[in-house]
Amino acid sequence: MATLAVSRAPLAGFSFENCRRNVLLEGEAGKLGCSLPAARKTGTTICGIVFKDGVVLGADTRATEGMVVADKNCSKIHYISPNIYCCGAGTAADTEMTTQIISSNLELHALSTGRLPRVATANRMLKQMLFRYQGYIGAALVLGGVDCNGPHLYSIYPHGSTDKLPYVTMGSGSLAAMAVFEDRYKPDMEEEDAKRLVRDAIAAGIFNDLGSGSNIDLTVITKGNVDYIRPHDEANKKGVSLNEPEGCRLTGDYKYKRGTTAVLSQSVTPLLLEVVNESVQTMDTS
Amino acid sequence: MLSAQNFGGPGKMKEYHYTGAVENRFSPYAFNGGTVLAVAGEDFAIVASDTRLSEGYSIHSRDSPKCYKLTDTTVIGCSGFHGDCLTLTKIIDARLKMYKHSNNKTMTSGAIAAMLSTILYSRRFFPYYVYNIIGGLDEEGKGAVYSFDPVGSYQRDTYKAGGSASAMLQPLLDNQIGFKNMEGVQHVPLTQDKAVQLVKDVFISAAERDVYTGDALRICIINKEGINEQTIPLRKD
Repeated sequence: MATLAVSRAPLAGFSFENCRRNVLLEGEAGKLGCSLPAARKTGTTICGIVFKDGVVLGADTRATEGMVVADKNCSKIHYISPNIYCCGAGTAADTEMTTQIISSNLELHALSTGRLPRVATANRMLKQMLFRYQGYIGAALVLGGVDCNGPHLYSIYPHGSTDKLPYVTMGSGSLAAMAVFEDRYKPDMEEEDAKRLVRDAIAAGIFNDLGSGSNIDLTVITKGNVDYIRPHDEANKKGVSLNEPEGCRLTGDYKYKRGTTAVLSQSVTPLLLEVVNESVQTMDTS
Repeated sequence: MLSAQNFGGPGKMKEYHYTGAVENRFSPYAFNGGTVLAVAGEDFAIVASDTRLSEGYSIHSRDSPKCYKLTDTTVIGCSGFHGDCLTLTKIIDARLKMYKHSNNKTMTSGAIAAMLSTILYSRRFFPYYVYNIIGGLDEEGKGAVYSFDPVGSYQRDTYKAGGSASAMLQPLLDNQIGFKNMEGVQHVPLTQDKAVQLVKDVFISAAERDVYTGDALRICIINKEGINEQTIPLRKD
């Protein structure tokens, strides 16, 4: 039977070959007075909820590098399969790569089984990979989707433990979002109520957690349909406060005239080309 | 974040002591965020600060301005550790009163700056964790800005940014007020209205990228008529 996994088969034990190299690099960087770049984290609020017809996943859109905003509008809800999506918190590269690897493996698996993939399968693949790396992959995920057995929602931690629950939150803003869920969650909600609850939970994370901010993205997954709403709510526009209709708007003019940056020297080299050969190749556009 | 420091050698992890005493050193300082900015004009001065008080990833208060009025012609902006900011401003107020009673006159901006330097240096070996900027009018009525480091080194400036987003604001002020890195532009003196608009725009941009800056902006405009305060909303996320 041909191997299904795209990635290399897992090696026995842990290989720390690159750690020796990293120690040397850190030492050399220290001698030069600089430090190695820190991994960019998403410092995030993500959450998910199971409602009557499916699941709603929500996320904020801020990515931070230390306490500076690196990306004001990044996408934290990742595609796994047509019926399964995954929100990611933690190290941005880890969540991106992990979800892409599992998405790829799941597509191959679905082609082999000939069936729509199940959420439990994606959960099993993710947790086995994260456990294999013993928490070194900093990915905290909220996995949700609808399959032949109904809607399912899982939370997955970087060391590989998972919980199957009706409502979950992850990230630095998870406490703020969970406070909203614990107050207003009811089983079997309608779609609009569920969307409003998830939106309010993410908004609580955005306004009360410094690691989360900007806009609110939502994904509504039901049987046979996915609504990827990005953005669902532009909670923060530049220069305007949410509650002030006539807030502080940028009115200063900061354009620079040509020549403001000094031109020290200029040299123009014309490229003399002559036509050697001309041929026409027809294209089949049928 | 895990780094190569956990690695003891090939095939080994560094020994980790799971049992026994763990030392968690108490730190007398906390970082409460916040950004302050001061600009000196021909006959005015502006001191501006955001009003967010934070700690770690949480917000303590959305309405805690960092500009404190000292006299009719001087305002100080303090950011850093809020406990030390409060104590320091109380000490400065007390010293202003003592001076007024002994010398029968109000302290000038330059005198306050010199005094603050000695107050800060007296705590050289357990510093006030505060980044100060004084803005006001000098004896001739011209705008003056004095910027300090936590142990009392100070100098008179035309404009200065301090606090968490200072590294983002200072280059923009160098370009727009100091006309640095620009060729062939006229060095027009800064008007009060243009300065206020610049301060607003600069804080809006800082709030975009610095998580500690936001909520609202408090601007204190000091001129011969007195001190005028404005509050403008900023991003709350």
